[in-house]
Amino acid sequence: MNEHTTTNILVAGIGGQGVMTAAEVLAQTALSQGYDVKKTEVAGMAQRGGVVTSHVRFGPRVLSPAIPPGEADILVGFEPAEALRWCRELRPGGVAMVNTMKQEPPVVSLGLFDYPDEPVQQIRAAGIDVHAFDAGDIARKLGNFRLVNTVMLGAISRYLPFPPEVLKNQIVDRFRERKPQLVEINEQAFEAGQAADAAC
Amino acid sequence: MNAVNPLPGAERRFMSGNEAVARGAWEAGCRVAAAYPGTPSTEILEYASQYPEIYSEWSINEKVSLEVAIGASLAGSRALCAMKHVGLNVASDALMTQTLVGADGGLVIAVADDVGLSSSQNEQDSRFWGRFAHVPILEPSDAQEAYEMTKFAFTLSEKFSTPVILRMTTRICHVKGVVTPGTRTEFELPEGFRKDVGRLVMTPANARHRIPRMFEREERMRQYSEESDLNTVREGSDRRIGFIASGPTYMHVQEASPQFSVLKLGLSYPVPIERIRAFAAGVDQLVVVEEVEPILETEIKAAGIPVVGKELLPRVGELAPDVLRPAIARLLGEEPEPQTPPPAAPPAIPDTQAQPGAGLFPRPPTMCVACPHLGIYYCLSKIRKTSISGDIGCYTLGAGHPWNALDTTICMGASMGVALGLDKGRVEADRDKKIIAVIGDSTFMHMGMQGLLDITYNRGNLTVLLLDNRAVGMTGGQYNPASGRDIHGADSLRIDFPKLCEALGVKPERIHEVNPYELPNLFKVLRQETAIEDTSVVITNQPCVLVDFYKGQPAYGVDDEKCTGCGNCLDAGCPAIAVTRRETVVKPNGKEKELAFVRIDSQACTGCDLCPKTCAPDAIVPLQGFTRQ
Ligand SMILES: Cc1ncc(C[n+]2csc(CCOP(=O)(O)OP(=O)(O)O)c2C)c(N)n1
Repeated sequence: MNEHTTTNILVAGIGGQGVMTAAEVLAQTALSQGYDVKKTEVAGMAQRGGVVTSHVRFGPRVLSPAIPPGEADILVGFEPAEALRWCRELRPGGVAMVNTMKQEPPVVSLGLFDYPDEPVQQIRAAGIDVHAFDAGDIARKLGNFRLVNTVMLGAISRYLPFPPEVLKNQIVDRFRERKPQLVEINEQAFEAGQAADAAC
Repeated sequence: MNAVNPLPGAERRFMSGNEAVARGAWEAGCRVAAAYPGTPSTEILEYASQYPEIYSEWSINEKVSLEVAIGASLAGSRALCAMKHVGLNVASDALMTQTLVGADGGLVIAVADDVGLSSSQNEQDSRFWGRFAHVPILEPSDAQEAYEMTKFAFTLSEKFSTPVILRMTTRICHVKGVVTPGTRTEFELPEGFRKDVGRLVMTPANARHRIPRMFEREERMRQYSEESDLNTVREGSDRRIGFIASGPTYMHVQEASPQFSVLKLGLSYPVPIERIRAFAAGVDQLVVVEEVEPILETEIKAAGIPVVGKELLPRVGELAPDVLRPAIARLLGEEPEPQTPPPAAPPAIPDTQAQPGAGLFPRPPTMCVACPHLGIYYCLSKIRKTSISGDIGCYTLGAGHPWNALDTTICMGASMGVALGLDKGRVEADRDKKIIAVIGDSTFMHMGMQGLLDITYNRGNLTVLLLDNRAVGMTGGQYNPASGRDIHGADSLRIDFPKLCEALGVKPERIHEVNPYELPNLFKVLRQETAIEDTSVVITNQPCVLVDFYKGQPAYGVDDEKCTGCGNCLDAGCPAIAVTRRETVVKPNGKEKELAFVRIDSQACTGCDLCPKTCAPDAIVPLQGFTRQ
């Protein structure tokens, strides 16, 4: 990533998974590094179990808030089928970080649609640099499902134009203010995400 | 690093456009803010209510919110009301006459257009209201401008004694950006409310005299707009095109084609037509980039200035850079650049898929796990020969799978009048149809109460289902008079719906309160009331799962030994129930039957106890020793 241009991060998942929080943390971190930052939010109805995406853009000056199609540098996919849905938004050479834990929507449960076979492999087959692991499992083993968020942020931390520690400190500071008892476990989750990416 | 460095001492805050509006209003000394929730405007009041200096309220509809703001302005305070685009339809009756009266304390109406229909029933263009009501329109293009323009809007309102419309769109409301805020300056008109019957009492005789003043005011504002520094040119290097842009399109055109000049209209009505004429003279082709309607285009053309607009650009949805780039290339006769560059190594994509992810299932919003509406739709989907007029709220999802139990949706409150019309207009073929109206508590109080009175007065033969979940679920669970809480969460009036319905003319014996999780009783009451030729109201009494007073119970699970795969529980439509395995069996009569075996997501299940009542073999049971993470 060139530091004179805009960095584009697309976070995608399902309402209630923490997509917005992950995007907020990334945006705040970029802000702390002196960048101009824009981030889209999705609210209301779209949050209920529907697809949720947040665009985070930062650089010397950000104009349009939406990442143009095919120009995302990083896709943070909180769910494999959602990662497949949005992977075409990546630029050539972009990175897809995917949580492999599936969440089937009611339309699949009701038998109206099928869940795709091997979504991660379909992304890879499209020539995309995909890093996939079960962040849900890591979070559960750490004892709190909500840690998926921090695990995913740890996993993408080395692809950002600032050191991983900066992102980690942002998360830690956030919890120190609001829920100090969760600082340590979030540090562990972040590191587990880093390790999972390294092992991909 | 080539990054923007904050000015020394200035604080950089990261805010959405909605938060920035609240901040701007607060700094301007605003003392009264009122709104009815609606995406994408809702958070404006949520943020405003956090400032103790501002009296904030959730009004029961947009018309009332505007009237409250009008009263506050006349009382000598600066006042804000906020709403989504369709809200101004509701409030327009007040606007169209208040424009004759004007404003004392600054009167600002923040209206959020849902360009792209992320969460609305239509995509109308609020800029028309400026023309219709002869009031100015400000259009911010990002959060910083939303903050600055809101602050300025109060001054503008007082300068010309006019309501001011701050026109936002989803891309302004729901995009966070960097804002450098300032401090609050208190404001009040020292003389307070000034009695002035000729100006404030709009009888025909008085109003007649105000109309020429309104036109004269508009003319002065036109002059002002010509000179305002909210309307500025950003010079480009290439003279082949000059853009006119306002709101989010100002950012989109700069991103798509930075080489061309842009005339940015921050004060977009009254249109600074001479500025546009001068700008047009300096470029080969003038292109107006406006989302939704060709309003500026029509007015620019009427002024005799050649301009390209909607023959090039779509009339629906956002004009984002990816829409603009190919259109501009076409205009210049250039080959458009390929939109999505093909991936580096041409991949062997499995199957016949053109692109990765093509043909993937949709993931539309769903009702929440344990939503109290689920039981209602489970019943409605099983009752035959119905016409069901619906309304706007989470329960509109009842039109979809698996229930298919809602037949109309128009605007808030319409379920009432439409039901009466379905009853009175029924033809012979529909003689036995049961007419049912479904409406939520917030929608009922917004615009439904009047409709119910119309039904009782005119002896409607229909059943109203009033789904009282004690919150505005659709927009995120805001409080309302059904919650018994005010905007701050403090105790307040809790409306008594049975009494209200009785007062509106429904016979007491035709009013029933039901628990929507108790299926057998729900069925019984619905069957009974739809069979009676009279107006009945069935009121549900369990809260939305999003409100803080909702109490979950231990989760349920499926006993695999007992599950017969009948799939009946799936008809409830709870997203916590998922199919694990499907099977086709041949019944003794030779017919094939699809079986679906299920499991329950115990982390999501709140133990609402609805689905066990759909399960004949009693396979859905409370989980033993369960802990929720
Ligand atoms: C005029 C207007 N104002 C606001 C909205 C946004 N909106 C849609 S539904 C709704 C209220 C839903 O509340 P309720 O009727 O209680 O049903 P629930 O969603 O809680 O089931 C609101 C505020 C709208 N569509 N139209």
